[in-house]
Amino acid sequence: MTDFILRRREILKAALADRGDTLFVTGLGSATWDLASLGDRPENFYLWGAMGNAAMIGLGLAIARPDRRVVVITGDGEMLMGLTSLSTIGARRPKNLAICVLDNERYTETGRQPTATGLGTDLAAVAAACGFPQTATLRTEADAARLGDLLLRNAGPVMAVAKVVDETLPMAVPPRDGSYLKTRFRANLLGERSATLP
Amino acid sequence: MDEHWSVDGHRHFKAAGIRQVAYVPDAGLTKLIERCREDNEIETVMCATEEEGIGLAAGAWLAGQKAAVLMQSSGVGNTINAIASLITSAHFPLFTIVTMRGQWGEGNPWQVPMGQAVAPVLEAVGVKTFQADTAADVSPMIEAGLRMAYSTDQAIAVLVSQRVIGSKVWVAGSSEGKQ
Repeated sequence: MTDFILRRREILKAALADRGDTLFVTGLGSATWDLASLGDRPENFYLWGAMGNAAMIGLGLAIARPDRRVVVITGDGEMLMGLTSLSTIGARRPKNLAICVLDNERYTETGRQPTATGLGTDLAAVAAACGFPQTATLRTEADAARLGDLLLRNAGPVMAVAKVVDETLPMAVPPRDGSYLKTRFRANLLGERSATLP
Repeated sequence: MDEHWSVDGHRHFKAAGIRQVAYVPDAGLTKLIERCREDNEIETVMCATEEEGIGLAAGAWLAGQKAAVLMQSSGVGNTINAIASLITSAHFPLFTIVTMRGQWGEGNPWQVPMGQAVAPVLEAVGVKTFQADTAADVSPMIEAGLRMAYSTDQAIAVLVSQRVIGSKVWVAGSSEGKQ
């Protein structure tokens, strides 16, 4: 069993206190609830499905908007399903993209079954091997103090894996209408007129 | 034979404002991929699996950029949950060109089941398919598909037949057979 000490929502809240207009994509499940728990905002695109796609949505955003910071928040199960995207992102190396994996070594939503991150897969090492220039595995409070810089400021692509307590937290449910979330995000970024006219 | 359909295809990409092109290589897509790679106004992203291209296209659209996803028919099987769960659920536009295997004159039995399943499976998850059976079909289908995808927020796939691309003749002992 694991003896992790970091609490996922506490470290996110501290790291993202000065997130400004950062663009976020969240992997389905816990990561979506976690970001929503910090307050809903139009710059958040939450996934309620499409498991394994969060990092690539982040890449598409990061390429389109090199002037904006793009942060993907996801879980270990979601990242494992999209593991090949680390190879693709490592080859493309966008400086403005950071990925944060809140790693409790569990498929939380389906009943806390163990994931491969507790059985040998080191996601930060995978990202480093794919060419990410900045990778870290965070375990202590001192480690977690770096999370804000890793996600919001350090040159990317960044892979920050936080080993977090396996805990039951209240669901913080953001809007789940994908069309609404998409159009809200686009209207905020592009202006309502550009976002809604063909 | 007139010039290769990829010349018109690239021209339609430009006219439609395509800015990101995700691809997994296929022999039938080589010329179009090369044209896109040589174009400084198009960001090409080589993907390890076709599912990645679906996410990339959605991310591009969130930021106001249009994308195209290029893949071989085998790769369609890798995209289905991403298309259903992301593109169709959230009404994202999607434009993809699929070069077909497993149909006209196929010589590899392992290609046939997926090739035959491409159109019904795409349609089952909400993608409209335009099936280009001749070289002359390809250019107008790309042009019309791009317009429909990005004017009506639909998912459109142009399926380029093996009859257009040319099917490989397998000869025992030949080193030229392709996957």
